[in-house]
Amino acid sequence: MLRLLLCYAIGLIFGVGIMISGMANPAKVINFFDIAGTWDPSLAFVMGGALGITALGYRFVLKRPAPKLDSVFHLPTRSDIDMPLVAGSAVFGVGWGIAGFCPGGAIPALGTGRPEVFVFIAALLAGILTAKFLRRQSRAATTA
Amino acid sequence: METTFTPYLSFGGGLLIGTAAILSMALLGRIMGATGILAGFLTPSSMSDWSWRAAMIAGMASGPLVVMLLTGSVPDVTVPVTLPMLVVGGFLVGIGVTFGGGCTSGHGVCGMARMSVRSIAATVIFMLACFATVYVVRHLVGV
Repeated sequence: MLRLLLCYAIGLIFGVGIMISGMANPAKVINFFDIAGTWDPSLAFVMGGALGITALGYRFVLKRPAPKLDSVFHLPTRSDIDMPLVAGSAVFGVGWGIAGFCPGGAIPALGTGRPEVFVFIAALLAGILTAKFLRRQSRAATTA
Repeated sequence: METTFTPYLSFGGGLLIGTAAILSMALLGRIMGATGILAGFLTPSSMSDWSWRAAMIAGMASGPLVVMLLTGSVPDVTVPVTLPMLVVGGFLVGIGVTFGGGCTSGHGVCGMARMSVRSIAATVIFMLACFATVYVVRHLVGV
């Protein structure tokens, strides 16, 4: 139960940060990417703040033998740059530019109750499930 | 449409996002990535795996309410795109982050903070793709 409360609290800190930063506001997000038009550089400050403090914090945290509530750190170990990473990231960038929401921006925005956010999240979940299905198919095809 | 430049609020929001990422690693040993949390929520490996993700998503979605209680106003969410654009964009984001293994929070913040080569590559690619897309949509197509 303590674990779930802490997860809720971590989510809440993230959600408040996303909301006040402007990451959940598509008008602001798209303007950050619109250098040739109504450019708003605010999101560079979000990235600067988030990346700076995380890089610093991780240095201390990852020196520990294990996290407080688990036996190991669940860290990705791959370092190869493969086609799914490149193509997937490109497709994500295109979708982000079209809709103005990214996943981390849209989940907190659900709490505003705006119907547009629910439309985006529904399409996002459909995309995730479709990609998982396609990946299973291609794995089955390669192992068969 | 013009939006107001908010360097202090945005930087402060970024610090909170980073604080959540540090706490997630320190307590749970997990990358704070919206993609990973959502994907595991949709197809969980166990009940306990599902419950912590559900709690985290509930916390995230409580953000607007808490901001409203603290400041007296709901943060601005202005959607300058059409409904079909939300649907197509959302679907492409879902496909992309699943194959790419992460999004702005997982690759852009947590992965870059660990100096992961894959995350740095992913972030450069999705940022460039987004710049190009917004240019095409706004200045060539003119939506």
